[in-house]
Amino acid sequence: MSGRYLLRRLAQVVPAVAATLITAFVVIHVAPGDPVLALAGQHGDAAYYALIRAKFGLDRPLPEQLLVYAANVVRGDLGVSYVHGRPVVSILLERLPATLILMTSALVASSIAGIALGVTAARRADRPTDLIVRIAALVGYATPSFWLAQIAALTLALGTGWFPVQGITDARHVSTGWRYAADVIHHLALPALVLAINELALTTRLVRTGVLQSLATDYIRTARAKGLPERAVVRHAFRNALLPVVTVIGGRVGMLFTGAVLVEAVFAWPGLGLLLLSSIQTRDVPVLLGVFLLVSLVVIVTNVVTDLAYAWLDPRIRYE
Amino acid sequence: MSRALRTPGGVLGFTLTLMFIGLALAAHVVAPADPFASVGSPLNPPSRAYTLGTDDLGRDVFSGIVHGTRTSLTVAFAVILIASIIGIAVGAVAGYRGGGVDDLLMRGTEAVQIVPRFFLAVIVIAMFGPGLDRVVFVLGVTSWPAIARVVRAETLSLARREFVDAAHAIGARTPRILLRHVLPNAVPTALVVISLNAASVILLEAGLGFIGLGDPRSISLGYLANNAQRFMRVAWWMTLFPGAAIALAVLGLNLVGDALSDLSNPRRPGRTA
Repeated sequence: MSGRYLLRRLAQVVPAVAATLITAFVVIHVAPGDPVLALAGQHGDAAYYALIRAKFGLDRPLPEQLLVYAANVVRGDLGVSYVHGRPVVSILLERLPATLILMTSALVASSIAGIALGVTAARRADRPTDLIVRIAALVGYATPSFWLAQIAALTLALGTGWFPVQGITDARHVSTGWRYAADVIHHLALPALVLAINELALTTRLVRTGVLQSLATDYIRTARAKGLPERAVVRHAFRNALLPVVTVIGGRVGMLFTGAVLVEAVFAWPGLGLLLLSSIQTRDVPVLLGVFLLVSLVVIVTNVVTDLAYAWLDPRIRYE
Repeated sequence: MSRALRTPGGVLGFTLTLMFIGLALAAHVVAPADPFASVGSPLNPPSRAYTLGTDDLGRDVFSGIVHGTRTSLTVAFAVILIASIIGIAVGAVAGYRGGGVDDLLMRGTEAVQIVPRFFLAVIVIAMFGPGLDRVVFVLGVTSWPAIARVVRAETLSLARREFVDAAHAIGARTPRILLRHVLPNAVPTALVVISLNAASVILLEAGLGFIGLGDPRSISLGYLANNAQRFMRVAWWMTLFPGAAIALAVLGLNLVGDALSDLSNPRRPGRTA
């Protein structure tokens, strides 16, 4: 991976960030009512509105306002939530870890299981195992995450009592240290599993197709011709089949966030999803805009990271 | 089209999709009751009188699903129409013109592809108030990048073929070449992305309904699932059936996408599930 590729790729971040900021700005100004309400919320007083008006330059021409808005956002100033009485950024940062834990565990679990299932299916292509994996992947991909979450809550939590239904810790038995960690993991298991099943489907399909495509190439024929055992042959194919799995993470992270928000709503997992839900009910627009900007930022960063990882993993990738 | 029906997946996909389209078109005939009307006692389990039970207000769950399907498919259809028009136009121009125009359009496409559709829809509904029109608009203007990229790639390869040169030679103008010669050959490939996109729009619309951002004037599958959440412990049927309807509709469209993709890519080793 050349330094030039790195620079070109990083330069592509600029239009993405600009598109996000302009989108938020346009929504604020096109929405019915005074734009100050979108920045300061509906529950402020006249003095506070005057302050926000001055800060965001709302009496200035629109292009200037856009620059002021962009400058404020880039500095990490997303306004204040009147409902919470605190800066939006501090609320978001407080909720982000819970969502990230949920998303990361789902991503890790689905990658491991998806790779295993995909390789298994490819090795037994068009036989019953393959067929079952493919059907399961299709169904998992089509199932709405919130519904899967509800079904899991109904059966595995309410039905068997094996898992807690809601929350991140047991409010009745406050624990610390390792007991606390175990409690969180116990609460995390079901939401992460549900989210992982949605992602698992795509990973499985990609790995299966990738391995099958690799198995049809010349270097695999060479490997077979020189008498390598089948296990080693599949390992050769597998390495190249992993590439699309890496890239797809970048493209999927927006959908993963969406899934996480919906799953959080079912399991009352206290991350950005629950925050979004309560902010919708209180019409806390500054927080909603903040969630949009934060998710966009994470999507942009993940895309850059996965692209760079892809270029690093596959020396053939060059920026022409 | 008939070749797409050769695989069991293709048959199932087209059957499911046509069934849901039929259900949506004939909602008033198929549904035994008005989805908003209280027709029986609340929280009735599935029975002969109420096939899929009644909800907390005594409304017929089956009628809710039928009308919810209609809402879902209407939104999906409108979104896909907007996204296809934008996507095909952008992709065709970028692929045909190439050079700086292509660069500019593709950078724009990448920028739009980054925008998290669900979260944008959430702020738009929160600020403009609920309504299907704004859901359609937001999802429509953000769902076209995948279509544009496929159409661009197809146009790029088609534009160098002999029949396009021939059209040039007999004096055809660019719009005519694009509309009559290039696009008819590019659209079949785009249909794969379009059907997969329709599936994801159904999931997004259901998700919005689920977090309470649906249009209160029309029943949606997401709303039914949202309402079921509070009665999960006492009325499993309220949870089970609306979600199953969403899953089947999405499964159908995904299978159609797969069948079409096998058609346009016959050399692909092994079919993907």
